Amino acid sequence: MAIQSISAEPAVVVAAVAPRRGSSLGRFAQAVLRNRKATAGLVILLVLAFAAAFPGLIAHDDPNAAIYDQDLGPSAQHLLGTTQLGQDVFAQLIYGTRLTLIITVVVSAIATLISMVVGVTSAYVGGFTDRTLSLITDVFLILPTLPLLIVLASYLPPGSFTMIVVLTLTSWAFQARQLRSQALSLRARDFLVAARLRGERVSYIILVEIVPTMTSLLVASFLGLAVFVVGFAAGLQFLGLGNSTELTWGTMLYYAQEGGALEAGNAWWALAPGAAVALMGAGFALVNYAFDEIGNPALRPVRRRRRVPAAA
Amino acid sequence: MRYVLRRLGLFLVTLWAALTVNFIIPRVMPGNEAQAIIANFHGVNPAALHALEIEFGVNVHQDVIVSYFQYLANCFTGQFGLTAQRLPVLTDIVSKLPWTLGLVGVTTVLAFLAGTFVGIVSAWRRGGRLDGVLPPLLFIVSTFPVFFVGLLLIYVFAVTLNWLPLESNYSIGATPSLSPQFIGDVLAHAVLPGASLVIVTAGLWIYSMRNNMITTLAEDYVKMGRAKGLPSWRIMVDYAARNAILPNLTGFAMQLGYVLGGSILVEYVFSYPGLGYLFYTSTTDHDLPLMQALFLFYTLAVLICVLLADFATAALDPRTREA
Repeated sequence: MAIQSISAEPAVVVAAVAPRRGSSLGRFAQAVLRNRKATAGLVILLVLAFAAAFPGLIAHDDPNAAIYDQDLGPSAQHLLGTTQLGQDVFAQLIYGTRLTLIITVVVSAIATLISMVVGVTSAYVGGFTDRTLSLITDVFLILPTLPLLIVLASYLPPGSFTMIVVLTLTSWAFQARQLRSQALSLRARDFLVAARLRGERVSYIILVEIVPTMTSLLVASFLGLAVFVVGFAAGLQFLGLGNSTELTWGTMLYYAQEGGALEAGNAWWALAPGAAVALMGAGFALVNYAFDEIGNPALRPVRRRRRVPAAA
Repeated sequence: MRYVLRRLGLFLVTLWAALTVNFIIPRVMPGNEAQAIIANFHGVNPAALHALEIEFGVNVHQDVIVSYFQYLANCFTGQFGLTAQRLPVLTDIVSKLPWTLGLVGVTTVLAFLAGTFVGIVSAWRRGGRLDGVLPPLLFIVSTFPVFFVGLLLIYVFAVTLNWLPLESNYSIGATPSLSPQFIGDVLAHAVLPGASLVIVTAGLWIYSMRNNMITTLAEDYVKMGRAKGLPSWRIMVDYAARNAILPNLTGFAMQLGYVLGGSILVEYVFSYPGLGYLFYTSTTDHDLPLMQALFLFYTLAVLICVLLADFATAALDPRTREA
């Protein structure tokens, strides 16, 4: 703390003013802003969030209206050309951001929650509960994700809700294992012993005593999940297992593949939504990579360590 | 030994879970698709039809529990019923297997070897030129969806440059044989799908290997090795890498599930007629028996690899043998 306050930056003041629990978050935010990878990732995600919130401000065409000439190349009128049906690809891309982002965020949030409850309960309660929950976690870890997703999605009515349910069901396990080992390391700490001696309920101890100490790990879990969920959701929709009337990047890819976009010389129709999926994934991954470096100082670039004493 | 036994237990439980998922899903999910599929098979092959009726719970006037055990028995004897084309499911799977096995097997080994090697070297020469470029670049690329990489490769190398074939496993009209032309043709068709998988998975190996190496390099036994004046390649390989690779071996098996999933998408992008493409067509044809058998098959493949990785871990890490 003392070292940080030497470099008098506005973020430090915020951290100092904020209440105790907030201060660790403030330091965290500051660390994120100092990290180039994290900043790049955040900028990507903010741009995408803006497109999701106000698509009409960026794209002026109706994404569903098939009113233009078919299979047009990129032009000033149609930045990314038109589809086989004569829809504007750019408008589809911008309007498709919303549902893609919503599915990703909702699934990652619920799955993080599930993995937190399973992982921490498993570690804290121990014994039979731990063995059972760990076994269930291991089974879900090993079951191949995409095949399981395909089987589940084939039986359920296609749509965002199905997408959210099946993706959540198949993605929580990895983080649950990580959170369990983190919670295990906390088990013998004094503040938990004190809570036990006070006679607090297990649910209270888990939610009020343990979970707040793992905030940064939960954020990292969320980000790590988001990277995979973006890809898996798009992959499922690409295979035609989404609802083809909903506009997402995955369904755009599905139509492009069905319409033979690449062979027809209409490359942007297929490549643009693919690139968008990659960009969103990269955004989450960059922030996550940076979190790893912040959480584990051993992984920070060596270059930086040399620079610090020179600057001080 | 106890370690291996415990992992064997996990193997059985997971296999049982996959079988049970297959049994339960058609019974609890909405829709009468199973009924329609089975109606399609009347008068074809009574034995296979009966196996399907038990699996999907159609026309079965018996206790669910009895059906369940019959279903398990059918699975263990390889009776998975018929595909929508009225072929035995197992025959269909076995005929497509070599293409996927070749594609996934070769690319996984290549990505693992290359990724692990780059991870070791970049951690060893930390902050060097290699470390500055490859790990961050490939880590970002590894988050790209594999089908996007596939589409990009098609666009560049097949459509624009016309260097490599666009799709399928060999040229139309070519007769399968062991002639050099045919083998060359098969390889040419496998380059792009294989490259998509390698590009997407290598980064994960680099990332985890590099991070494991960095942690291991700080250990006392590495310092001890240096103090003893051992040649640096020996410290790098025998002291640091041997220990750093252990978590990667466990990861290898987990990763395989991911790669197999990726291969479904890649085979779809390239219309590569392996198991993944079969999986895709089974969903579009609503060929539920085939789809569920494939899910089982993929699970089994992952499980076998998990077990192999466990044996390898036990061989490399004496602690697991004693524990």
